[in-house]
Amino acid sequence: MIEIRIRKALGAFSLDVDLALPSDGITALFGASGAGKSSILNAVAGLLRPDAGRIALGEGVLFDSDARINMPVQKRHLGVVFQDGRLFPHMTVRQNLLYGARSTRTGVPPTLADVVDLLGLSKLLDRRPCDLSGGERQRVAIGRALLMKPDALLMDEPLAALDGARKAEVLPMLSELRALRRIPILYVSHQMDEVVRLADTLVLIDGGRIAAMDSVEALTSRLDLRHLTGRHEAGSVLRATVTGSDTEWGLTELSVGGAKLFVSTLGLERGTPVRLRIRARDVAIALTPPEDASFLNMLPATVAEIAEADGASLDVSLALSDAPNAPRLWARITRRSADRLGLHLGLPVHALIKTVGIDRHTLAGPHK
Amino acid sequence: MDTFLSETETTALWLTLKVAIWSVIVSILPAIAVALVLARGRFPGKSVLDGIVHLPLVLPPVVVGYLLLVLFSRNGPLGLWLKSHFDISIAFSWQGAALASAVMAFPLMVRAIRLSLEAIDPGLEAAAKTLGAGRLRVLMTITLPLALPGLLAGTILGFARSLGEFGATITFVSNIPGETQTLPLALFSEAQIPGGEAAALRLTLISVVIAFVALGASEFLARRMRARIGLKERGAS
Repeated sequence: MIEIRIRKALGAFSLDVDLALPSDGITALFGASGAGKSSILNAVAGLLRPDAGRIALGEGVLFDSDARINMPVQKRHLGVVFQDGRLFPHMTVRQNLLYGARSTRTGVPPTLADVVDLLGLSKLLDRRPCDLSGGERQRVAIGRALLMKPDALLMDEPLAALDGARKAEVLPMLSELRALRRIPILYVSHQMDEVVRLADTLVLIDGGRIAAMDSVEALTSRLDLRHLTGRHEAGSVLRATVTGSDTEWGLTELSVGGAKLFVSTLGLERGTPVRLRIRARDVAIALTPPEDASFLNMLPATVAEIAEADGASLDVSLALSDAPNAPRLWARITRRSADRLGLHLGLPVHALIKTVGIDRHTLAGPHK
Repeated sequence: MDTFLSETETTALWLTLKVAIWSVIVSILPAIAVALVLARGRFPGKSVLDGIVHLPLVLPPVVVGYLLLVLFSRNGPLGLWLKSHFDISIAFSWQGAALASAVMAFPLMVRAIRLSLEAIDPGLEAAAKTLGAGRLRVLMTITLPLALPGLLAGTILGFARSLGEFGATITFVSNIPGETQTLPLALFSEAQIPGGEAAALRLTLISVVIAFVALGASEFLARRMRARIGLKERGAS
């Protein structure tokens, strides 16, 4: 477990958080710019000294104002990946990678070869940082942090400086990181798509305070947090398992808490866990299943929550079963349609799903 | 060179180079230390230190030379101390000339080094620390290598300043041929005596040549260093 309980005044802004994070998997610190998420990361890394509090990684205390402990940065053994990479310009890629490599941990993975292999760095080793693209630089920065064999990995918006294509190049590699070594990863981001793709646990940060902390699935389906998790891309994140394939139609069958979903063939083994993202605007509602519509996926559901209207549209949360922790879908429909259908809590309906986003790269998650 | 230069002139040339090289050698480490303190340190009295370091730049060189004379003469406080502890005297010797040059060149060296230290992204040093590097390792592997262009510029500036040092030198160690008579002092002497124009012209030419060689060497080294620390050459030059 990672304990982060800190207070810090930064001018007019103040940080006051109390967190107990899981010591496995990727935890995303998500919030708007200036919410204080990078400050939290810097405090853990030792680059920002809190006014008071306690930071501990498992048994190791990194900071404790009561016990007057403030472990110096270089003794914390935390791998930090900065937004701007911060590669040493006077060294080659190889020298950068090995700068923090600890000889005291020879038996601990990963080796230089592992990292070079995972991050595709073999052709870059003798180059200088000034000859690398943005994406290559971030890959080297990630490799450098991994090779110091850290007790935890802290990533401060590692993809924020990259354009779409570069991001797509690095993102899959990030989700493969834990294949090398199981350490907790703290991932600061203000991009929901990165969080959904990578994180297991989500911490929402707002104005220097913790707004909520739970699994990505739970928090993205919560209505009261919509203003923090984002509205336009709003949707639900669901865990599913591959249950079969239909070769005739080129489809894969998935099970989401008992409900069946079909998507274009994934070529995955039966039983493989995947993460789905279904946006609210891709879900429609019908009182009876339409016989003559092109929707591939029509799931029986119950109206579980109706959001405050926002202009012409409103969001409706649909529970896919009667179980208390049933997976939920969000549907964004117009106020007029909601009125016409007479939607109310507990009403049995059918969710019509237009598109299902599949994330293949969360397969190696800790919930396997 | 023997046919072109008189023996006095040859002696003055080698003496000048010796004095300049030694003045750079003795002042480079203190200059780095002071530049680090001024660039990174936060302490009361920092502006006082800054002022003292820059004093030789604004004081008349004769004043600096006179102060050195007062301090290091046979009866001066530091002169007595050197005599009793190490049995050496630097007044009126080439070592004294080197000291005078070093003092005069010091602020220029500190300035150049400090500027390049301040240009280093502190984030790189922070990154090195997160990778487990202690203060000394950060200094030796990140800070100083990245400040190399400034170190080089400071060294060349100091060397050039020493080659031309006149006022403080002549006041502190006088104008003794073979001991403290460097090129500028020799040139001054030749210019004072009738018929010395030809010799003065030769010394002028030597000075110009030395200056060009030093500039060329520094440009060459600067290019190599920029390449070494991974900064790309911009433009065609």
